[in-house]
Amino acid sequence: MADIAIIDYGMGNLRSVAHAIEHVSPQSKVAVTSDPAEILRASHVVFPGQGAMPDCMRELDARGLREAVMRSAKEKPFLGICIGLQMLFDFSEEGNVAGLGILRGKVKRFPQDKMFDASGEKLKVPHIGWNQVETCLSHPLWEDIAQGSRFYFVHSYYAEPDDEGIVAATSRYPFRFASAVAKGNIFAVQFHPEKSQSAGLALLRNFSGWNGAI
Amino acid sequence: MGLAKRIIPCLDVTGGRVVKGVNFVGLRDAGDPVEIARRYDEQGADELTFLDITASSDERGLILKIIEDVASQVFIPLTVGGGVRAVADVRSLLNAGADKVSMNTSAVSNPDLVAEASNRFGSQCIVVAIDAKKTGEGKWEVFTHGGRRQTGLDAIEWAVRMQRLGAGEILLTSMDRDGTKNGFDIELTRAVSDALDIPLIASGGVGNLAHLAQGVLEGHADAVLAASIFHYGEYTVKQAKEYMANRHIEVRL
Repeated sequence: MADIAIIDYGMGNLRSVAHAIEHVSPQSKVAVTSDPAEILRASHVVFPGQGAMPDCMRELDARGLREAVMRSAKEKPFLGICIGLQMLFDFSEEGNVAGLGILRGKVKRFPQDKMFDASGEKLKVPHIGWNQVETCLSHPLWEDIAQGSRFYFVHSYYAEPDDEGIVAATSRYPFRFASAVAKGNIFAVQFHPEKSQSAGLALLRNFSGWNGAI
Repeated sequence: MGLAKRIIPCLDVTGGRVVKGVNFVGLRDAGDPVEIARRYDEQGADELTFLDITASSDERGLILKIIEDVASQVFIPLTVGGGVRAVADVRSLLNAGADKVSMNTSAVSNPDLVAEASNRFGSQCIVVAIDAKKTGEGKWEVFTHGGRRQTGLDAIEWAVRMQRLGAGEILLTSMDRDGTKNGFDIELTRAVSDALDIPLIASGGVGNLAHLAQGVLEGHADAVLAASIFHYGEYTVKQAKEYMANRHIEVRL
């Protein structure tokens, strides 16, 4: 039985994430928490994020949660979602802030001058909606998820890892960007599995049963 | 392949029921919101939009309960609008399980609310709804209070201003077409969508599946919203998507 802590640092509604995990893994204990001790006790940790990354970093520190995140990311099954993926990297162009530096690389904005599709039509930013996710490494979290499945995205920034070897999936808008990354016990996704219907629920089910090994 | 165009069923809710009006008046009962939400989710709806059209403030709590029930059973994005007047209203809807909150009249009477809510909760969850009516050749004006009050604001300029203040999406309804089943006001939709960098959701007038495709292909909408064609079982969301896919529109099937 998994004991899953969803880290709450005051940015956005985390009940959707909790609802979705409870739905696919009724036997798991799911807690939305801002208590470092509870996060460190949990068997699995979910690190979500909404809004702007500078605010997320500030709120994380204001609540004294940085240490609990850093330690969890070292030692237990750890799932970053959306800004929770972006914060794992060294730096973000959004407000030019430093991230947690757990993964090497930076977070960049979709460049307005390149946002055109093949037929020359303007692409909007934020990137909102259901896009295809092309997995590029075999991973327990991709189990039962078809190649090219669509997941729900909403973001204006994307991560560019230094090490392409950690890219677990890419999506295209209009160029390919890393829509999921994986390194050891860390898995992080730019999309929202909790809002991605059956494919998203499958990923969360896989996470709740994951032991952190690849 | 890339980002799919979205199909969004819209549920107008009052007194705990889904209803549908014609030209903003004359309501018909269309069923239980949670049941309808589940049905659309099963059919492959990309998102759901709930508009609380309750007039009296003592029934305002009903929508929160509905959103809580839907959010614990349906795992796609939920937008809720209607009667959002303060940052506290945005917060309580988000806490109930809404992913996005839509503002219309209150954005006009207090544009700072859009900026404030966007700064506080992120632009990804702020939708500005615009009800527009044609007032001349290539001219549309913004109306509020469910279409009863003229504002003197140009719809295109207003949409761009809302983008600048922090809206993450614009939900544009043609009042001339709403409830008529004659199709979107394509000229309006395209003019606003082309003026924006953020996504545009087209609304008002869908009577058949060809209208949905037109909204995307000719109106340049990023998402299309419809109510009555789905509520009364004329078409399923799945049929709508298959129709669009046959027109080479990228959809989530």
